[in-house]
Amino acid sequence: MVVTGIEEKEQEIIEEFSLFDDWMDKYEHIIGLGKELPLIDEALKTDDLLIKGCQSRVWLHAKLEDGKVIFTADSDAIITKGIINLLIRVLSNEEPDAIINAEMTFIDQIGLKEHLSPTRSNGLVSMVKQMKLYALAFKTQQNNRS
Amino acid sequence: MSELLVDIESVRAQFPILTREVNGRPLVYLDNGATSQKPRSVIDAVSRYYELENSNIHRGVHTLSQDATAAYEDVRKKVRKFINAKYDHEVIFTSGTTGGINLVASSFGASLVRRGDEILITAMEHHSNIVPWQMLCERRGAHLKVIPISKEGEIDIEQYKKLIGPKTELISLVHVSNSLGTINPIKEMIEIAHAQNIPVMIDGAQAIHHTPVDVQDLDADFYVFSAHKMYGPTGVGVLYGKEELLNDMAPYQGGGDMIKSVTFEKTIYNELPHKFEAGTPNIAGGIGLGAAIDFIDSIGYDFIMQHEAELSRFAVSQLRDIKGLRFIGTAKERAGLVSFVLDGIHPYDTGVILDKLGIAVRTGHHCTQPVMNFFEVPGTVRASFAVYNTKQEIVKLVEGIDRVKRMF
Repeated sequence: MVVTGIEEKEQEIIEEFSLFDDWMDKYEHIIGLGKELPLIDEALKTDDLLIKGCQSRVWLHAKLEDGKVIFTADSDAIITKGIINLLIRVLSNEEPDAIINAEMTFIDQIGLKEHLSPTRSNGLVSMVKQMKLYALAFKTQQNNRS
Repeated sequence: MSELLVDIESVRAQFPILTREVNGRPLVYLDNGATSQKPRSVIDAVSRYYELENSNIHRGVHTLSQDATAAYEDVRKKVRKFINAKYDHEVIFTSGTTGGINLVASSFGASLVRRGDEILITAMEHHSNIVPWQMLCERRGAHLKVIPISKEGEIDIEQYKKLIGPKTELISLVHVSNSLGTINPIKEMIEIAHAQNIPVMIDGAQAIHHTPVDVQDLDADFYVFSAHKMYGPTGVGVLYGKEELLNDMAPYQGGGDMIKSVTFEKTIYNELPHKFEAGTPNIAGGIGLGAAIDFIDSIGYDFIMQHEAELSRFAVSQLRDIKGLRFIGTAKERAGLVSFVLDGIHPYDTGVILDKLGIAVRTGHHCTQPVMNFFEVPGTVRASFAVYNTKQEIVKLVEGIDRVKRMF
């Protein structure tokens, strides 16, 4: 099945997570997602791309290809990385407008809201904000060209 | 040692929060270094104040205001006795340790620190005892010097002696490190500084709940601490300062209560302690601090110290057998906490899974980034103990870490 649209991808993740009835299984899955996320190119782990959280660090890179934003990211903490995997699955390879308008309700629905709370200071809240800022920047760039 | 007749279950029973569950499991609270829980007596003192005595202090002639003023000023007396200050007016109420350090950095700094002077701190300070001095140094053109630490997390006294020079204007030292647990030999360090007439300020935030503090015996010039780490409310703390130093210092903030008279031409400042207490203070917090001191007195430091030392020893003995666990901070003299990292597992990941098991520990850099850089770790996992913690809780922590290790 070709997945199109952010909401569809979110729905898919919600279904994937509905299989777990206890927190252990859920976190084991997230840890697995963290481990399978392709590593970001070491050369991209620069301070420019670093989003500093109090607890864990996140590196985020974005580029525009054929009108779509491609995100790659990494973190030094595995659980953070697992959630990054989900965020990238949902937002990467989408058009800037779709990313800017994404509501990202799936995080709440799969019971991981606590990880995207500002008090966690794990860099994820800033990461979502940064993803949207990249999308906005690419959109502005496109508009200026057209 | 005489037998200590304190029953830990009766201590725990005084803390309502300890009966709650977190994520469906009984709470194991091992984040006391961040803030301790509050006994019923403190909670009741704060609510009783709001229910029966609430009014503004130092100003009103009516009964409520007089009662509130008396209650608040009684706490000042209680604090004086608690830390053995010479005078009540050497006890300045602040918003907490950070507030006290900022007050000294600002007031002492403005009066006594000049271009080219030096302020001395250690490499294990909390950001609260680094940043205010950096800000002061920037304002005054002074320099911040740092006493190095060893890989065990101890101060190098010889280096300390070498760093004290003719330009040293003030030394500010942490009594007990919040990220390493090291108890620094502050009495000896104060003596060394005083031999050259340099005043010393002590950050006692992590010491006051573990060990009795006698500011006269230490001969500390300033000693700061927070109520909330010693079973009291948040938002209130104490700056102890020697009378002659406090008198020499300019007021910190301007406002009500810190003045004797105000005209548009000139303001005459109030005397100690009010000179440093502008505006309506955290009255309820102060009352709660009084109740917290009563709580500590009722248990006694003999028991507190013996119990916490036993917990620390037990924790070290249980944790050191865990493969891949490395302690950060192995000083000979340590208080009330263990800080460690697990091979290949980020502290954040450890903290998240422990939380799911109902175990509250602190993970991260503990506001001591220079310490983390020194040990080349992104952060640590810290379990910090209070008088109500038990060996069973440490066993749960060890089981939790085993679980974490299996998951990653």
